Amino acid sequence: MTVYLPIAELSVNIFVILGMGAAVGFLSGMFGVGGGFLITPLLIFYNIPPVVAVATGANQVVASSISGAISHFRRGTIDIKLGSVLMGGGLVGATIGVWIFAWLRRLGQLDLTISLMYVLLLGIVGTLMLLESIRALRRAARNETVTLRRPGQHNWVHRLPWKVKFKKSRIYLSVIPVFALGFGIGILTSIMGVGGGFIMVPAMIYLLRIPTSVVVGTSLFQIIFVSAYTTIVQATANYSVDIVLAFLLMIAGVIGAQYGVRVGQKLRGEQLRALLALLVLAVGLRLAIALVVTPSNVYSVVSEGIGF
Amino acid sequence: MRALLSALILVILAAVPVLAQQGGAPAASPNFTENLDIGISTDEIAITSDFTGADLTIFGAIDGVDQDILAEGKYNIVVALEGPKENATVRKKERVFGIWINTQSMTFELVPESYSLSSTRDVETIAPTAEMNTMGIGINHLRLTPTGYIGDGSNLTEFRDAFRQLKQASGIYQRDPGGVQFISSSLFKATVRLPANVPNGVHIVRAYLFREGHFVKAKALPLRVVKTGLEQAITRAAYEMPFVYGIFAVFLAVVTGWLASVIFRRRD
Repeated sequence: MTVYLPIAELSVNIFVILGMGAAVGFLSGMFGVGGGFLITPLLIFYNIPPVVAVATGANQVVASSISGAISHFRRGTIDIKLGSVLMGGGLVGATIGVWIFAWLRRLGQLDLTISLMYVLLLGIVGTLMLLESIRALRRAARNETVTLRRPGQHNWVHRLPWKVKFKKSRIYLSVIPVFALGFGIGILTSIMGVGGGFIMVPAMIYLLRIPTSVVVGTSLFQIIFVSAYTTIVQATANYSVDIVLAFLLMIAGVIGAQYGVRVGQKLRGEQLRALLALLVLAVGLRLAIALVVTPSNVYSVVSEGIGF
Repeated sequence: MRALLSALILVILAAVPVLAQQGGAPAASPNFTENLDIGISTDEIAITSDFTGADLTIFGAIDGVDQDILAEGKYNIVVALEGPKENATVRKKERVFGIWINTQSMTFELVPESYSLSSTRDVETIAPTAEMNTMGIGINHLRLTPTGYIGDGSNLTEFRDAFRQLKQASGIYQRDPGGVQFISSSLFKATVRLPANVPNGVHIVRAYLFREGHFVKAKALPLRVVKTGLEQAITRAAYEMPFVYGIFAVFLAVVTGWLASVIFRRRD
């Protein structure tokens, strides 16, 4: 059964899209990640134009993050003040990101930039995850207990000016690194269609030394607002949000995520993380190959439609 | 030996009509008496989202024809369906540090987005290339005017060829030599193909009459292509009310995410 995607302007098999959404939803539920960094490359592999894949990915992230954010809000594990500073940076970053996006599109370098950024990001994240999970597996084999670095320790980040008290997090921290982190993630959201949780969570824990109890909820809080904002700006500036595609991905994704969470609770974390790391690396490698392999046609044509 | 001889005879036979044509070619006469008219049953075509392409039939009549020339088949008709015109940019990839990157580009001014051509015979044989180029009839003769700085223009041909090749490969530019047939001595029927990805907007049906390799008359009719259905409504909303569309997309995501959390929480 095929369905026509009005913005991507192509007919796709509805079950392939639903399957993709469910699979990524399942993985995101299992590992507690947003899944944006997997869904966008998968859409590109399925010949969805990168422009549409990225903007639609941002829309999908809103749906996949909202239920997590709701439960964190109920449990009171969101630092609204900290989240708002992150969000402020995120909104500025997303605005600039969408502007860069439109500029690259005019230059004809958008597809390349998206692919390159994904290769870089998936390569780094995949490698770090793999190393970390291998270390964890070794530790588990030696029966050692995992000791997290104490969040009380200070580093250069804590010597920056404009310090503000974040009550919920019980931390006294400069707004500069928080805003900068939000800003960077905002740019990634708009150019790559990711929520950015997989970067933000470790950065908040290891760099900003924010207590882990509020990290996930606060990052979800900022992701929702920044990805919602990105969706609206992408729709307004680039006309590239495909609501049919987004809806199919959302439906399959949120259902897949619920099952993923249940399976994830039963399985061992280190092995799962190693598997996810391999998956991330495989997707990155596939994108890298596409950049290097001689294209079937070195020419391409675009009509300057109403979108310009 | 016998085979060689028969081959030789074949060559001679083939050459005879060419010689005859060259000898009897009349000078171009500016005062043609012929007239051309075309009609289509509708000026608007509604296309649903599951459209996979269709044929559009155009009827036409010629009058004031010279019956002898008609009998010899020296009247030729070309019918083209031209899509809405837009600027089109062709980009070329080159390998830079091992990666394929768009390095050069050329933008052509107001070229039809789609183009379906139908004729009584191959357009290349209907009239001299120069005449087809001036008139802009046929995929190989469409006017492709570059905009902006193009350097010394040495790669102009390369980019024009690439454009034509890409458009034909995607099926949005097509030709059917033999798509125009005479029903009677003065009536003809032309079939042009509407591709599955036919663009929205005002298309123009153009018919051209040629007599003995010379252009005689042209007629044009507008044809509006309107896509209908839910998908089209979505496209229109996305382009005409992008801000509202964006907000709706977010709303849909919020509701979907929220509903999922409600439904699955109750089941636990």
